[in-house]
Order: sequence, then C-alpha cells, then structure tokens
Amino acid sequence: MNPAPPDSARRTAPLTIAVGALEAIQNAIIPALAIAFSGIGGSGRFLIAIAAGLAVIVIGTGMSYIGWRRLTYTVGEADIRVESGVLSRAARSVPYERIQDVSIEAKLLPRLLGLVAVKFETGAGGGEDIALKYLASTEGERLRQLVRARREEDHAAATDMVAAPMRDEAVEGEALFRMGPRRLLTFGLFEFSLAVFAVLAGVLQYVDTVSSIDVWNVDLWRGWLEEQGTTIARLGPYAQAAGAMAGLIGLVMIGMVTGIARIFAREWGFVLTRSARGFRRMRGLFTRTDVVMPAHRVQALVIATGLIRYRFGWHGLSFVSLAQDAESASHVVAPFAKLEEIAPIVSAAGFRLPDENTHWHRASRQHRTDTAILGTLPFLLAAIPVAILAPPGVVFIPLGLAVLAVGANLYAWEFRRHAIDAAQIFSTRGLLSPTSQIATRLKLHSVEVAQGPIARLRGYATVQLGLAGGAFAIEGVPLAEARALRAKVLETIAATDFSQLDAGRDQALSDSHAGFSANLAAT
Amino acid sequence: MDHSPPAALADQSWEDDGALTRLHPAYTHMLRVQAALVAIPFLIAALVAETMLREAALFPPGVMAGPVLLIALALVIRVPARRYNARGYQISGDRLRVVRGLLWHSDTVVPFGRVQHIDVNQGPLERFFGLATLTLHTAGNHNASVSLPGLGAELARDMREDIRAHIRRETV
Repeated sequence: MNPAPPDSARRTAPLTIAVGALEAIQNAIIPALAIAFSGIGGSGRFLIAIAAGLAVIVIGTGMSYIGWRRLTYTVGEADIRVESGVLSRAARSVPYERIQDVSIEAKLLPRLLGLVAVKFETGAGGGEDIALKYLASTEGERLRQLVRARREEDHAAATDMVAAPMRDEAVEGEALFRMGPRRLLTFGLFEFSLAVFAVLAGVLQYVDTVSSIDVWNVDLWRGWLEEQGTTIARLGPYAQAAGAMAGLIGLVMIGMVTGIARIFAREWGFVLTRSARGFRRMRGLFTRTDVVMPAHRVQALVIATGLIRYRFGWHGLSFVSLAQDAESASHVVAPFAKLEEIAPIVSAAGFRLPDENTHWHRASRQHRTDTAILGTLPFLLAAIPVAILAPPGVVFIPLGLAVLAVGANLYAWEFRRHAIDAAQIFSTRGLLSPTSQIATRLKLHSVEVAQGPIARLRGYATVQLGLAGGAFAIEGVPLAEARALRAKVLETIAATDFSQLDAGRDQALSDSHAGFSANLAAT
Repeated sequence: MDHSPPAALADQSWEDDGALTRLHPAYTHMLRVQAALVAIPFLIAALVAETMLREAALFPPGVMAGPVLLIALALVIRVPARRYNARGYQISGDRLRVVRGLLWHSDTVVPFGRVQHIDVNQGPLERFFGLATLTLHTAGNHNASVSLPGLGAELARDMREDIRAHIRRETV
C-alpha cells in the first residue's frame, strides 16, 4: 500500500466487513441449531431456524458494515487519531511520544483474509488502548515502522521500556541485600502462623470422607479426652497447670515452626543485586524466582512493618512499579531488614529517606476529632440494642470499646503525618505498626484535592496523588495546605514531560553505575 | 507563550476560584434532560402503584406520587443548576484543572506533560446539545482518566489540539 499523505482520514480494510460477516455466520450457527433441535414451533421449526440464522447474519454483517463506514483513522504529523461510533461519536488521539509499542495480532479468521489487528500500547492507567481492526498486514507493518521511526527520531533513550529479558544478564551486580539462614530464622519467628491447624482440619476432613473413623464425632473425642483427663486429674492442680502450659507452649512452637518453614521455603537464598539493568531479586527454596526490575520503573517506595517486629526494629521495603507482568504491582525487595540496611537500597533506587531536616506536617485537628467520632459511632450504636436487650452490665463492653476507639484514634493522629522536600513526598501513618510511603514528585501523574461533605464543613481535604502502579493519598490535610502541596508538586511535574522521565532516570542510573565501576576498579 | 513552568506558575494564581471557566450553558439543559430521563420511570412506577392501591383506599390520594413528583422536580429544576455552578475548569499553558462535585467535591489538576492520550466523546444527548466531553488519560492509578463534560464541541476539539500540541512541543 502506498504511503498516503498525512492528515487524510482513512478507513480500515474493506475486508473487515467480510470478517464481520464470517463472525456473524459463526454466531448464527448455534442459535439456529438450538432452534432446529429444540422443538420450538413444531414442524415449521427448520424454517424458523433458518430465518433466525439469516437474521443474525444480516444484522451482524450490517453492523460490521456501519461500524466500518463510521470508523476512520488519521495518521497525522504528531499523532494517530481514530474516530468511531455509530450513534455516539468518539475521537481518540494518541501522540507518537506516548505509544510504547505497536502490537500486531492476527487471529485465525482475519489471518485467512490477510488482515491484522493493530494495537497501539500506551501504558495508560485505565488499560485503555487504541486498536484498529482490521488492516491489511502490509498496512499494519507500515504503521508499526512509522511509529517506531517517529519515536526514534524523537529520542532514542526509551527503548529499554521493553521488559528486560532475564537470562542474558551475564554481568553480576553488587549485592545490595541478602538474607542468610540466621536472618531467615529470626524472620520466621515473627511470621508466627497457625495456618497449620487449618491444613490439619482439612486433612481430618479428608480422612473423615475416605475412612470410617468419624472425626467429627464428639463422643469419640470426649471418650478419648476423658480417658486422658482422668489420668491428668489424678496428678493434682500443679500438674494440670503444667499440662496446660505445656499445651500452650506446644501451640506456640507449632506456630513458630510453621512460620519458619514458610519463610525458608519462600525466602531461601534471598539476594537483591543492583546491576546496569536495574534491580534483580532471586529467592526461593523449591521454586526459585528471578525478577528483574528496571530502576526507572520504580515509582515509589513503601516501608511497612508489623506490630511486634516494629518493637525490635525490623521493617520491610517494597517498590511500587508499573510491572504489569507480576501478580502484584509492588515488589518486595527487602522483606525483613533493619532501617540501616534499607537505607542503601533506598538510595540505590534514587530515593532518599526522611531525616531530621525533614519538616513534617500533621493532619488537621478537625480531622482528628472527626475520625475519633466516626470511629466511635459503630460502638455507640451497638451499645443501644445491648442496653435494651442484654443483661445490665454488658452494656459497658461496647461503651468501653468506644472509649478505646476514641483513645486509639486520637493517639493515631500523632502518627499521621506527611512531608515534602525538593524532590520527594513522604507520608507516614499507623499507630502500632507505622507504614511509610515515599514517592518522587516527578513521577506523579495528577494531583486531586478531594473533599467529602464533612471535610468541606470542617475545612480539610484528602490529597490524592496519581501514582502509576499504586495509590498515594494523604488524608486530613488542612485545605490551604493541601492546595499549597498541590502547587508545589505540580511545579515539579509540569517541568518534565512524561517521555523524559525514563531518560532522566537513565542518567542517574549511569551515574551510579559509574560509581560502581569505580569501586570495581579499586578492588 | 512562555513555557518555563515556574514562570507560568508565578503569573497565575492557582488558588483563585473566581478564575474558573464555566462550562457551556447548554450543559445545564443537558443535565436536566438526563435527570428527567432518570426520573420518568420512577414517576410512572409511583403512578402505577398509586392507581393500584386506590381501590384499597389505605392512604389519601397523592401520598406516593406526590413526594416522588417533588423529588423529581427538585432533581430536574434545582439540582442541575447547582451542579453546573459547582463545576468548572481552568486551562493554562501546561495544565488543566477540573473542579466538580456538589457534596463530594474534587479539584483535580493534570499537567499536560503527563497526558497519555486524549478523548473527545459525544453521546447522543451531547450531540443534540452540541456538547462534548474531553477526557485526559494518565498513567496514574488514581485519576487514570480525568473527564471534563459540558464543553462546546468546537471548544473541546480546540482544547484537544492545544493539549496535543503541548505534548509535542515538550518532547521535541
């Protein structure tokens, strides 16, 4: 096909209608067969079946014709536009700079007719991409070359957006973080789990169904317990207490062993390395996984911890990234580490931890009051029926819980804070196990100041930051401060275009890599 | 036009609510028609219920259809005007601000430098009123698409051209 002059609207290949017609025939066969063999309409049912089939074919072909008539695409100087729609018109414009890749797909039917579906992948958050169905395969190839050429003449740096292959990673980077068996043992102790009992129950259920022993038979167990119980009863109260203690200790032991076993299976040989490509994580005892995360894809960091491990100074670090290939959007890069071990990983990713110079802001006091009231409300509401129906005195349970909720909410306010510096935005929350989030101002995509009815009345707002691959919201910020925050973030965002983001990070990467090779040369 | 962002920020007061551009006046009418289309089935249902229960004579006439009619009138006459007043946008050299919401108020700013692609959509009602919806898609999970309804169709297309031109300029 000859390259047409730019800015002229074209239609997709006319054979598209034929594909539509063939698909309509496909669609018609099953209802027609269903009618023919169902017995609807008695003797005339074959006629009905043929009529219904024909109707489906005619409608399908007609729809596909109208759809074809009404869909045009324009290959412009700066973008590709698609206008479509029969009743409601939709016009979509995708600038070349935003097209990450052009995929060409040929399913069986279109393929027989020499047609392909061309999809322009933009990586938009909503998963909405532009697709042209169907084009002649030569036209599809031409479009792909065209888009690639346009992109390459703009900037050649963005080619590494293609997912990094795992194997040709011959160069081993420096190990940033690794976990030995001792560390895994400690980690396992904190991963106390009684999941084994769920598994045991499942096994018992299974035994129950395949054998004649009725495990859910209470009498059987009671008999067994009484038999044991009488032996215990003979031992006296001290021995009984000791027995109960032993039972509890046994339970705790089982929980710990389960935790340790799970951690060993998942995290065995955990190594996080930093190489030219990005971060690489290897772990696992039975199924060993090897994940490469390009450094420029790291959008934000999350440092989380647990109720008890926090008291011992253990934290976990994960990267929020755009990785659409993984099952979860964020990658754990240091599941169980001291903060001083996390710090080098954070700086290797190009982030900075908050320090004593960080100027923290708290949520508004109105927000504190409102969350305390709203947090208490369920308990107070529960207290009403309890007061009426339950015996006197029981009402103090929900009331006590309400008091606790007020206290917890008021105290949690002390831990809800945010900060902003020249390049990053921090947010911390959580009373017993604080969670911190760190995002680069540059890599945010939009800023929203949202207010519900109560928030409007009380003068605070939620700042919603558009983060690729994750959520970042700061609650209860006083309105004026929220707007100031937004203005600052926008100042940074607007200064750099999306397509420059990777280029900037590649620069940082090669800088740090230069430092690394210097280290290597020194050794 | 000056494109250095700090300067653009300095000469514009972003927090000034008066600076919001109002939507096309026809948008109120469109909202009215939409509200009416939603209200009509409820009104019919209320009238049907009313006539069916008339024989039973449990309530005085109008007990069911009356309130429904009042709510419908409020939704058709009063609410669209208020919704229209609550909405607005502000476009500058490098960003679009969209303000919306009566009860749940939101005030979103999308820098053009983060726009992935741009849609201009016209539903049947919008086509009748000569309106269009401009939608900006970003890569963020929150606000993956920010839509600005109630623009004149011509204006929506012009805005798309402006934003697209800006994306091009930033990159080159």
